[in-house]
Amino acid sequence: MNEPKTLFEKIWDSHVVAQEPDSPAVLYIDLHLVHEVTSPQAFDGLRKRALKVRRPDKTVATVDHSIPTLTPVLPIADPLAAKQIQQMERNASEFGIRLYGLDSPHRGIVHVIGPELGFTQPGMTIVCGDSHTSTHGAFGALAFGIGTSEVEHVLATQCLLQRKPKTFEVRVEGTLAQGVSAKDIILALLAKIGVGGGTGHVFEYCGSAIRSLSMEQRMTICNMSIEGGARAGMVAPDDVTFAYIANREYAPKGKAWEESPTHWRTLKTDEGARFDKTITIDANSLSPMITYGTNPGMGMAISDRVPDPARVSDTSQKLALEKSLKYMGLQPGQPLLGKPVDVVFIGSCTNSRISDLRQAAALLKDRKVAPNVRVLVVPGSQDVKRQAEAENLHRVFTDAGAEWREAGCSMCIAMNGDQLEPGQYAVSTSNRNFEGRQGKGGRTFLASPLTAAATAVTGKITDVRTLLKD
Amino acid sequence: MSHFPPYTSRVVPLLINDVDTDQIIPARFLKVTDKLGLGQNLFADWRYNADGSPKSDFMLNKPEHAGAEVLLAGDNFGCGSSREHAPWALRGFGFRAVISTSFADIFRSNALKNGLLSVTVDVAVHHELCVLLEENPKATVTIDLASQSLALPNGKQIIFPVDNFSKTCLLNGVDELGYLMQFTDRIFEFETLRR
Repeated sequence: MNEPKTLFEKIWDSHVVAQEPDSPAVLYIDLHLVHEVTSPQAFDGLRKRALKVRRPDKTVATVDHSIPTLTPVLPIADPLAAKQIQQMERNASEFGIRLYGLDSPHRGIVHVIGPELGFTQPGMTIVCGDSHTSTHGAFGALAFGIGTSEVEHVLATQCLLQRKPKTFEVRVEGTLAQGVSAKDIILALLAKIGVGGGTGHVFEYCGSAIRSLSMEQRMTICNMSIEGGARAGMVAPDDVTFAYIANREYAPKGKAWEESPTHWRTLKTDEGARFDKTITIDANSLSPMITYGTNPGMGMAISDRVPDPARVSDTSQKLALEKSLKYMGLQPGQPLLGKPVDVVFIGSCTNSRISDLRQAAALLKDRKVAPNVRVLVVPGSQDVKRQAEAENLHRVFTDAGAEWREAGCSMCIAMNGDQLEPGQYAVSTSNRNFEGRQGKGGRTFLASPLTAAATAVTGKITDVRTLLKD
Repeated sequence: MSHFPPYTSRVVPLLINDVDTDQIIPARFLKVTDKLGLGQNLFADWRYNADGSPKSDFMLNKPEHAGAEVLLAGDNFGCGSSREHAPWALRGFGFRAVISTSFADIFRSNALKNGLLSVTVDVAVHHELCVLLEENPKATVTIDLASQSLALPNGKQIIFPVDNFSKTCLLNGVDELGYLMQFTDRIFEFETLRR
């Protein structure tokens, strides 16, 4: 019998084109996603060497980071953003790449449209010049972010030089309580292991709590694998995965569709396979989570109090916590519940899919946004936007007093004009609370769409469970 | 001739853990279509006041660190976003190496592709270097990639790990894309078999 393998090892092994001694593997890439911010210098590199894109059919581009989310999107006020978007259009046309550009009804955040259009499939290797490429691992794909030099490598050869990472099993057992969601699972994991806890590893999420999640919830978890330092996070595909993929535009069709699940079902970790590391999380005990600091590992249960640096023994960790609390304007030991905020952002590749918007809308229905708060709801793609409008969710949002926007990365990365003012506080469904991430001087609390919607209603950080009881 | 000869430099200490690439180069500076000029926005939000003047207490702005080509960073340097603009900005500013106890994976991979050496040392060596720099902020280290050695200001020699492939590429100026393209036939074969 063959040696038992992990899901990661199966996909890795089946994509190694060559492995010279004392060198990284030449790894074949099945799907290369491209966006406007991390690709222009890679296309320039191809031009300088007079190279073509080897497999335009395995390359998909969109514009998401720099684009305005106002209606109408055009004209773009920022000349640098406009130039970057034009450059993406020019590169796609010159190199023969499929582009979901400004005029496409299917454009959106690259990690939302890949799965939505059926490009993302189990067993694939998927890369993009974007660290949140880990999102696609929810389908049982090996998906990870790369730099611009590597974007050029994949465009030219459809391959990457990679050293084999280690494996890290994240087992989540039990049932989530009402008001607790996938975002709270990943924030709880990050609070346990820290932002460097997964460095050098690929996470595989497993256990009964993961199995019971929808594909969109699994994407939320895999999305933030990189916030623990792991380049990729994966979930073995199952019937939930297959049902999501069925009939999507680029999903296998006909005979190919009938045959695909037979192979896809083999994509799971074998009994007896070994992981380099393992952690178990009890889903039953989880509460809604929120971050208090300036990295995603600085998180706690929403009813907890901000930790005290005086109680941290490690000097550098103590300094990091002091620096974070100073930036955030928080005192050790203070509760976050009841803290007023200025902005609520519902969006990003972490939480901008239709189920996220449905959750937020269910809470905002027949309620009003608190007068001190600006609320932005930014769908992950134009397809998500249309679906939400077909369900009248946009009316729920606008009736409550929230802004309903066009698709894009928006205030997650604040490159497009959607940003916090210096000193403002936001509860955000995005993935990073780094200093200035949502705008220079802005201060971010990361949380779930439910927590964000509850905070929008009260104007202060709120445990959604208190509103669900009404 | 080696493309990465030994060099001696002063060191800028930036002793903060988990420095993310959003701090190294904030996202608003990513709206560029080339690699030029990023050095002036390196650590922009820590380095400049609101009016654009340099913050006098930020390490990079201190006169004793002017011209330093080595950064001494805290643990897990370069976490977060995959932006290669981070090593472009560090190189653009003039850094040739970063010393830390650990680096984020994507950052380290990006750095090596741009001739920015990530030198991993253990906690004790990191601490020793911090102390030596406190005693003399103008003290220098010597880094030699060929022998994988770091000479501390007190003369102590440390051997640091570098994988052989990256080392060979850096020393001989081998370009990774050139290496990959030697596999074109194998890639074609792989694609044919899977069809």
